[in-house]
Amino acid sequence: MIISNAKYTKGISGEVTGVSATINGESMSIPLDLSNRHYAEILKWVEEGNTIEEAD
Amino acid sequence: MSTLNVDKVDPSTGTDLELGTSGDTVTVPSGVGLTLTDSTLLLPTTITSTTEVKTNKISPATGAAFALGDSGDTFTVPSGATIVNSGTATGFGITAASFRPNAKGLIINGDCAVAQRGTSFATMGNGDSQYTLDRFQWSEEGGFGVAELTITQDTDVPTGQGFAKSLKAVCTTIDTSIDSNTISYITQKFEGQNLQLLKKGTANAEKLTLSFWAKSNLTGTFTMAFKDTDNSRLYSTSYSPASADTWEKFIVNIPADTTGAFTDDNATSLAVDWNLQAGTDKSDGALTTAWEAQAEGDRAVGQTNFFSSTSNDFYITGIQLEVGEYTSATLPPFQHESYGDNLARCQRYFYQCCNGNDQEITGAWYFSTSMILGILELPVPMRSNPTLAVGGTTDQFIIWRDGGSDNFTALTRDKSSNFNTRVSIYNNNQVSGTAGQAGCVRSAHADASLTFDAEL
Repeated sequence: MIISNAKYTKGISGEVTGVSATINGESMSIPLDLSNRHYAEILKWVEEGNTIEEAD
Repeated sequence: MSTLNVDKVDPSTGTDLELGTSGDTVTVPSGVGLTLTDSTLLLPTTITSTTEVKTNKISPATGAAFALGDSGDTFTVPSGATIVNSGTATGFGITAASFRPNAKGLIINGDCAVAQRGTSFATMGNGDSQYTLDRFQWSEEGGFGVAELTITQDTDVPTGQGFAKSLKAVCTTIDTSIDSNTISYITQKFEGQNLQLLKKGTANAEKLTLSFWAKSNLTGTFTMAFKDTDNSRLYSTSYSPASADTWEKFIVNIPADTTGAFTDDNATSLAVDWNLQAGTDKSDGALTTAWEAQAEGDRAVGQTNFFSSTSNDFYITGIQLEVGEYTSATLPPFQHESYGDNLARCQRYFYQCCNGNDQEITGAWYFSTSMILGILELPVPMRSNPTLAVGGTTDQFIIWRDGGSDNFTALTRDKSSNFNTRVSIYNNNQVSGTAGQAGCVRSAHADASLTFDAEL
């Protein structure tokens, strides 16, 4: 997977509930769930030195 | 009644001896034994016993077949009795090992009929590992070079087998200088919780049989890998198309593995790979004869390079994975499903909610003047909390409310329900309305798409 950017998103309660990312050129909204393959890849991407932007 | 005591009665002439006259009843009293000294007793057309006939074998009088009863008869096998297939007998259809009431085959979309993501995946190359037809992923590892392929859903299928679609791979860019650590393959992955019936890692572990139809212009060796990803174990084998451009059915027997149990969860436990290309690091060992601790060099020994020519193609369909060991004579038939049943099984892993213009998506309401929120029902419980992917350029979605409408581009997911049957989605910066107003969200452009992905 090629991850271009990643940013935390907040739900209606104001808590962070996901990550908004562009993966392989596609706009994705990803849950904070280790069994989700996109979130698992984002965590690997972070381990490689990348950063998830803070939520607005 | 008079009594005649003799030791033997013989015909007065010839060899025929008659006992009584038509209509007579000849009674052999209770407790009397009747011994037949010849091995064959000729009996009348019908023998009637209202109690019990005991014998060790029933065979046809002539030929090789006999009938058991008549149409409409009922035969009862009493509680506790067992009918045993000695091992190779055919016609039973279901054996103890393959009997899975209310269960579908382990392979999903084995007839390649479902293609929610589309029917063509063009020029996939380095870094492009992705799902194609539902549940089938093209994957590449290592320093994948310049090779590219296109995968499509095709209507070229084996004749007379009940299949309408196949997965077709075509090499579009060749690579004859394969990096040593490269391997690429078409794969299907399985959740561990769906494999517990295999009893892997126990003394009662089951054998498996994989069957599929394939054809290629290539007739060399193709390899397969069965990867236990919970325990890093491997079984690898090969198959060889005998004739170019000809559909052939291949049957692969996989031994039982008494080492390493599959984890009982929703993560990947097993992957079945149809290899297309392998560098030396993936092929310098030996194909396995039993499950082993995965040695990378054993994965694809002898693999033909699919990427040697842009004339190369590979088709596959009719894929089934059965519990037990079968031959071509004993393999249970492919479990054909309705399209709806097949689609529903695929939607546990991927759901194309919207694909094109003017499609209903969900009901929604203005949570505030600048935010709409909807709760979208998923057709089946998804494997995991899914990713929402949004496609389209600008204003490809619309909410109709209060006699008017409001276009927007982005959608973000918030929470999922237990078992992932519902997901809340929202837009909080491209809409404007009155808080509390409700409406319906639809697609508003041909390029709109909305998918939920819980693939392995």
